[in-house]
Amino acid sequence: MKMNRIPLFNMKSIQAAVKVGLSLTLIATLTQCNDTQVVTTLTNVVLDQSFDEGTTPDAGVWTYDIGRGPNGDGWGNNELQYYTDRPENVRIEGGNLIITAQEELFEGAGYTSARLLSKDLFEQQYGRFEARIQLPWGQGIWPAFWMLGADIDENVWPGAGEIDIMEFRGQTPTTIVGSVHGPGYSAGEAISKEFTLTNDRFDTGFHVFGIEWGPDYINYYVDDVLYNQITPEDVTGDWVFDKPFFILINLAIGGDFLGPPNEETVFPQQMLIDYVRVYN
Amino acid sequence: MNSAMNNSLIKLKQLFFFGSGLVLLSGCWTPSDEVDFAGFPQNGDVFLDGFSGGLEYLPFAGSKLNAFQVDDEVFYQGTASMRFDVPNGDDPDGNYAGAIFPDFGGRDLTGFDAITFWAKGNSATTIDEIGFGNYFGDNEHLVTILGLRLSTSWQKFVIPIPDPTKLSREQGLFWYSTGAKPAGLAGQGYTFWIDELQFEKLGTVAQPRPAIMNGADVEETSFTGSSPSVIGLTQTFNLADGTNQTVSAAPSYFSFSSSNGSVATVNELGVISVLGQGTTTITASLGGVPASGSLILTSTGAFDAAPTPTRSADNVISIFSDAYENNPVDFFNGYWTFSTTQGQDDLNIAGDNVIRYTALNFVGIEFKAPTVDASNMTHFHVDLRTPEGIDPGDFIRVELGDFGPDNAFGGGNDVSGSVTFGSSSLRTDEWISLDIPLSSFGLGSRGNLAQIIFVTDGTVQELLVDNMYFYSE
Repeated sequence: MKMNRIPLFNMKSIQAAVKVGLSLTLIATLTQCNDTQVVTTLTNVVLDQSFDEGTTPDAGVWTYDIGRGPNGDGWGNNELQYYTDRPENVRIEGGNLIITAQEELFEGAGYTSARLLSKDLFEQQYGRFEARIQLPWGQGIWPAFWMLGADIDENVWPGAGEIDIMEFRGQTPTTIVGSVHGPGYSAGEAISKEFTLTNDRFDTGFHVFGIEWGPDYINYYVDDVLYNQITPEDVTGDWVFDKPFFILINLAIGGDFLGPPNEETVFPQQMLIDYVRVYN
Repeated sequence: MNSAMNNSLIKLKQLFFFGSGLVLLSGCWTPSDEVDFAGFPQNGDVFLDGFSGGLEYLPFAGSKLNAFQVDDEVFYQGTASMRFDVPNGDDPDGNYAGAIFPDFGGRDLTGFDAITFWAKGNSATTIDEIGFGNYFGDNEHLVTILGLRLSTSWQKFVIPIPDPTKLSREQGLFWYSTGAKPAGLAGQGYTFWIDELQFEKLGTVAQPRPAIMNGADVEETSFTGSSPSVIGLTQTFNLADGTNQTVSAAPSYFSFSSSNGSVATVNELGVISVLGQGTTTITASLGGVPASGSLILTSTGAFDAAPTPTRSADNVISIFSDAYENNPVDFFNGYWTFSTTQGQDDLNIAGDNVIRYTALNFVGIEFKAPTVDASNMTHFHVDLRTPEGIDPGDFIRVELGDFGPDNAFGGGNDVSGSVTFGSSSLRTDEWISLDIPLSSFGLGSRGNLAQIIFVTDGTVQELLVDNMYFYSE
């Protein structure tokens, strides 16, 4: 896919921009020329999960999906893992939330891993959502940091909407994908854009994955690079992103998005989450 | 993989001695303690559109010397590429192509993580060996990819550096060696091109997974005074396109350790010195990353040598013995198809050469230049020893092969015959000396003997062999 890299403010200039009261909705138009861009404008922290204390994530913010999905079909994607909340699969250690994918026979699955979600615990409409993550690697390894519409129990997917802040295929270690799914533009028809690192990769260090989301736009960024903006004009169906969403973080194994692991895939694999922050 | 690598190293060693007289090294380089090691050029260019500064071309002795040329008509980028014309298998000017491209001034390559190039062939083919670190010297940083597959369109290749911090003064910038396909006299030559050959800092060479013993935990018995080597040394990286690239890496990239220094120590070249009785585990790391695989070495203590032969040399034609002058031998393990057998004449215990086979199902020894005329001999002697317990079904079959008057394998005149020794003839940890009448092999002719074959079908997997000779009494 085509990707426009746009030179951006450094942190100092971002702060300066904030100080002069840059409007929340004033986001520079994405162009292919050298206009400077603002990565983030929202700085009022409303959720700060830094995973620095204890051994398990804050139960006031995070719950878990357990098993292979409501239909036992790998969460609708033919994923191969069984999700648990065991410390073997999810724990806090060394200042990080660590999700570990293990190769083991468990409840009929060949792998175990974990999926955290803030459903009914932390939900918000609009804002800046970001996480600092070091990703795992290898064929069939599928970590994600994403959001679902909080009305999903009444408004089935894709009607509820999905914002994928970061999805990653372990077999393409330099590239992540940011997407939205909604009615008429879900699964293979999702509105997506890839972002590829130059002379670096996502499994050898931490990177910040974020969106800034307002009434008529979702801006996608990695570190200090704003790489995409999705607006109602870009989606091929209703814009379903004017309501609260909750956060999910998971590490899937296999699935239609990227295919199964192969004999070269190394296990265990770890997804390290340094923090999750939400601003408005 | 091991055997190919070993063979190539042996070949390189021979070529060095032979080749250093053949090829003039231009310039004069004198090592000095006062050299400023920080000062070597940090130039990663090898060949972009021509030789980079200091680069030389030295073909291997025995290779087709003019196999390489600069091609200014075919190139990936710029104005020229490196073109290699690999000869047919029967080319009288050399039946393979191979060369090193050194800079004897040395380069500081610590800032790079790979050597990269674009390459294509005039047909889809395979380069047998390609890498860097070969400068016709100790080659302590030798890196090789075995069997690099080329297509007919330009493709970028990445050969990762196992540990760039080691390359503060590297002379061997690039090397290759490859022959006709398939191997042998009937093999067809081919042409391939390499362009934009350079060391690069890609930043995407990641997830190092070094290995020794090819990643396996290998158990081996040994003896005080022997000096086995740690083999199967590789480094594997995950590259930007998601592929896992494994290279053979020289021992000097690794740090070796022995869990019990009173049993054995291991030096920086991966050579083990067995010092006493007991068990030790040899492990390694590369750049601080523990290597997978280990060598679990059990030393049975002082080596109990086979009985020294006493027959007069006048009545003996020897194939393998320290007591006699031996007939030339092509190999002590042909690594034939379906053979699982490892090992050959690689055990030297304080001057006593012994053959050791492991994972033995069958193994062939060949001595065809010249073949042996045993017409006037009456017996074949061999000393055998296994550390294994003997089960009722165990056996060792000794087979002799005669190539017939054409002195060549095949040709419709080969004959062979064998004698089988069952479990009642075998002993654990004790030399058995077999004196087998040649008449019992049932050979029509023994004027052109060229092969000795041991067959156990895996019933005896570890076998020491010494003092193989024909004699008359």
